[in-house]
Amino acid sequence: MSNPPAVEIADLVKRYGPATAVDGLSLTAGRGEVTAILGPNGAGKTTTIEVCEGYRSADAGTVRVLGLDPLRDGARLKPRVGVMLQAGGIPPAVPAGEYLRTLRSFHVKPHDAAWLLDIVGLTSHAKTPYKRLSGGQQQRLSLAAAVIGRPELVFLDEPTAGMDPQARHATWDLVTALRGDGVGVILTTHFMEEAERLADHVVIIDHGRVVADGTPAQLTGTAGQLRFRAEAGLDTDSLLGALPPGSAAKESPAGHYLIEMPGATVQPALLAAVTAWCADRAVLPSSLQIEWRTLEDVFLELTGKDLRA
Amino acid sequence: MTPQPITGQLIASEPIAATGPGTWTPVPGAAPLRRMIAAQSAQETRQLLRNGEQLMLTLIIPLLLLAAFSLEPLIDFGGGYTRIDFLTPGVIALAVMSTAFTSQAIATGFERRYGVLKRLGATPLSRGGLIAAKTATVIGVELLQAAIILLVALALGWSPDADASAIVTVPLLVLLGTAAFSGFALLLAGTLRAEATLAAANLIYVVLLGIGGVVFPLTKFPPSARPLLELLPTGALSTGLRDVLANAAAFPARDVVTLAVWAVAGIALAARFFRWE
Repeated sequence: MSNPPAVEIADLVKRYGPATAVDGLSLTAGRGEVTAILGPNGAGKTTTIEVCEGYRSADAGTVRVLGLDPLRDGARLKPRVGVMLQAGGIPPAVPAGEYLRTLRSFHVKPHDAAWLLDIVGLTSHAKTPYKRLSGGQQQRLSLAAAVIGRPELVFLDEPTAGMDPQARHATWDLVTALRGDGVGVILTTHFMEEAERLADHVVIIDHGRVVADGTPAQLTGTAGQLRFRAEAGLDTDSLLGALPPGSAAKESPAGHYLIEMPGATVQPALLAAVTAWCADRAVLPSSLQIEWRTLEDVFLELTGKDLRA
Repeated sequence: MTPQPITGQLIASEPIAATGPGTWTPVPGAAPLRRMIAAQSAQETRQLLRNGEQLMLTLIIPLLLLAAFSLEPLIDFGGGYTRIDFLTPGVIALAVMSTAFTSQAIATGFERRYGVLKRLGATPLSRGGLIAAKTATVIGVELLQAAIILLVALALGWSPDADASAIVTVPLLVLLGTAAFSGFALLLAGTLRAEATLAAANLIYVVLLGIGGVVFPLTKFPPSARPLLELLPTGALSTGLRDVLANAAAFPARDVVTLAVWAVAGIALAARFFRWE
């Protein structure tokens, strides 16, 4: 295989004592793609990423990053991979600029430290010790550290946690720019909007297993609904009779109509049937729209609404 | 390398994507090991010299002890030494212990706690490279300590009575002592919580300062205790240095062997039990 995927995980199992953090997880992340790993707290996201980063050994299954074994081939792999930990990792007393300059010396053709500091908006904090930066600034420094060595692949564990909206959008721009230049990005996040905007590929995991895997469109587009507003009290039974089998229709609240095809996308025939039925009754629907589920809808549907420990 | 033009930043409204295509094109690769070790060691040294408590431990306390005990007849050292001739080798031993053991244990303990060691584990700097960087940092600081302590000692009238072989035996004793103290520093830092490491490293420092022949002569302890105290790393280092620098001993074989045994034991235990996170 001349060009193995960025990450290839097959049947990964990782236990901590009696607890199973990852329970037979398999996923493949393409090169130069943004792969978002979503899941509730404790789902196994960080454990999975840390096995890929070479921090933990797998109890079972195989993990290959850029075709290499993260533990056995760590020395060859590490120069090619950038890492942003979920928190910490930077000496508290070391100034931001100095930290990047040290890290820079570890790489053969790194980015310029001052330039990168500017890219992440920390130029005025070049001499500020890490511990005196705000949470969002610490995240930005950590992000800069992940990309300073011009890596082929970066692992970002909750990169935008604690960032203000400006920094979050700028981070999204950075991820998009990385992807545009062929850098693969694996990120975990709790922000569905982040995954929806950035990711070529979304993997939802829960209880250490993959529960959904696909493009955002594939995950959200498997079901949809049609809504319109019209006069209250239309005969929904008659409407249902005019629709393709398997449809559902209801009026709630009065004057608001919702038509669904559970488990299927809204097809043009459904739209035609609705408008034809309305035309027969001289009803003019307003605010007629076809809606896809959001990634958040899908996420909550798959992982439930119970709070996680 | 030439920095790319700055066309976008996080706090500006202009998006980062405006850095232009090709900005982030991967060009990965590890720097030569020597450059990585030098950069890491330089950062650790700056960190240490900026830290007030660490400077107190590595420089101020040894110098204060040297000055105070040599200027005032607080203790009768016995053995026909002048006060400064007795103190200088002991204070060098203390300086080695403070840097290689106490300071290194505390710094490494907190690096472990803050995930610094973990994050370094994801960089091209190998664990061996990191250990080399730490060793270089310790030796660099020791050279600085030695230069200052020796200058102050000379100013206070120190006149060593040493054989020509001291040029070899002193560095040998110091290196073996450094290896022994470093092994146990990493053993503490790599197994205990950072706060426990801090407490243990300081406690051991104070105890060994008291019973390690640094300023209180081992001859003042009960005769039954002396052989044991001379087998402690601090006792062996101070006794060995004193033999070489004040008694013109050619080769303090027992102390060299004692320190070598501590060094092997400390490094073996650290290698076996050190946990990176």
